[in-house]
Amino acid sequence: MFKRLHLSFLIFVSTFLRAGETITVKGSDTMVILNQRWAETYMAGHPGIVIQVTGGGSGTGISALIAGSTDVCAASRPMKPEEVEQIRRKQGAPPVETPVAKDGVAIYLNASNPVNALSMGQLRSLFTGAAVRWSVVGGEDRRVVLYSRENNSGTYVFFKEHVLKNDDFSDYALTLPGTAGVVNAVSRDPAGIGYGGSSSKTAGIKVCAVRPDDAHPAVLPAEENILSGAYPVSRDLYYYTAPAPKGAVKDFLAWVLSGDGQAVVVRAGYFPVKKKTP
Amino acid sequence: MKSSKPVSERVIEGFIHASAAVAIVALVMIFVFIGKEALPVLTSPAVRKEASVAKLFLPQSPGAGQPAKFSWQPVSKVPKYSLWPLFVGTIKATLVAMIFAIPLALGAALFTSEFSPDWLKEIVKPVIELLAAIPSVVLGFLALIVTASAVQRYFGLDFRLNTINTGIALALAVVPIVYTVSEDALSAVPTAFRQGSIALGATPWQTAWRVVVPAAFPGLFAACVLGFGRAIGETMIVLMASGNAAVLSWNPGDPFRSLSATVAAELGEVVKGSPHYHVLFFIGVLLFIFTFLINFAGQQFVGRLKEKLTGAR
Repeated sequence: MFKRLHLSFLIFVSTFLRAGETITVKGSDTMVILNQRWAETYMAGHPGIVIQVTGGGSGTGISALIAGSTDVCAASRPMKPEEVEQIRRKQGAPPVETPVAKDGVAIYLNASNPVNALSMGQLRSLFTGAAVRWSVVGGEDRRVVLYSRENNSGTYVFFKEHVLKNDDFSDYALTLPGTAGVVNAVSRDPAGIGYGGSSSKTAGIKVCAVRPDDAHPAVLPAEENILSGAYPVSRDLYYYTAPAPKGAVKDFLAWVLSGDGQAVVVRAGYFPVKKKTP
Repeated sequence: MKSSKPVSERVIEGFIHASAAVAIVALVMIFVFIGKEALPVLTSPAVRKEASVAKLFLPQSPGAGQPAKFSWQPVSKVPKYSLWPLFVGTIKATLVAMIFAIPLALGAALFTSEFSPDWLKEIVKPVIELLAAIPSVVLGFLALIVTASAVQRYFGLDFRLNTINTGIALALAVVPIVYTVSEDALSAVPTAFRQGSIALGATPWQTAWRVVVPAAFPGLFAACVLGFGRAIGETMIVLMASGNAAVLSWNPGDPFRSLSATVAAELGEVVKGSPHYHVLFFIGVLLFIFTFLINFAGQQFVGRLKEKLTGAR
């Protein structure tokens, strides 16, 4: 809630400062903090440029880009072909995709859980409800309590596509607002398992290592594993522009990918992208 | 006759009439608005392809070859909008809340109106009524953070966020309503009833239980109905403490997802004009009709009982 307040304050202030050029960034809730840090740092070094950041979800940002009501769309998932097609029709050209950061979706367990590592297959059977007891994956004989996100969250969609292979979540998956809510709930529930952005740290939880398949060892969502691609539940975060970026927007995007911009990524708890490689 | 009234009085009268009209107009407008947004579920072919009324109420297969079931999975390759898990969740939580709230509230009302000394009543009544002033988000927070683990341990449940825990928090929101209305009903029973009963040799308890309670019964019933309506529509407590899992289960140890919390959680970010959006408004209409019918039925029942008990009209 404070995040929202803070944002609306920023927008409120920025409407008064609209002296120079304004860049609007809209989309993913996961990326809101990151976008905000980028905006603050960039505006401090570039007086005359105003960057307005709003959240609402990746889908909201993409809709805004289709409608032409935002300069930059922040998305925690790649655009779907039909969305690209809609932009091509409306704007005359396909959107330009720029991976700007990497994010690992961490699996959280209660600190008292004897399980330390799970394979992608085990995660899938837990979250689809095929396995309902911890003993199936080498834990205690108690019911698995799944903590998930609301179904409009980019993280929910990412997890569903990459881990559940588009199967439905179990009906018994509890949904909570935000990664913080999930982490909090898991910290209080010895039988809990949840997922969320890898930058959350709270007492009483531990991060579960994930095995991509039986041939590979289990890895934690640490920086080197996410950058090397060894950690299987990671994703790129994108900036989309349509039409191709020019002027102030182009400068901003170039700065985001520069050393300064990527340093902000690390400070915000995400992982840098190597330039030009998705 | 009317012209004999002073102008100021007529202005005030007009103002009061207008106020009453505003309430009615607002109610109608609200219904028209949510009705308009819900209508595509019945009329629009594009929406009906994904979420027709049959799909809202009949079981659907989650994928090729899998058995059909009732599930609420609006974001899916095959979106599923079965309302049964939400109905069952809402009713289940409301019933649990009533099981906790009614004995407490009616007992407290009977105590303060029949047995307690006046000074004690002066304390108890305002304190219970003050419960109604606690914002529901506070009750929800309390249930989520404080009572959940205790309730889970006490009942030995699999889930921290379960229906019993949420029901207890809901009961806290319901108690003041049931208490206030039933206390008023009991106090409204004429003193002559009590004096007559005592004079015939009945004990105070016999008087309260066999004379006052039956006489006040319509009021007590109305109190319960109002409490029921409050519990069904309550959103914040449920949103925070229920776990919001759309489970089709009557087990009070399971989590649940209520109709109102579903609208609250999903309407904010749903794509406007999508089938999902219209289904959420359809749920709004159902909730509206639901509470309206409950209140209406309750009132009818109360009216008939009143006739029978007073033998009049």
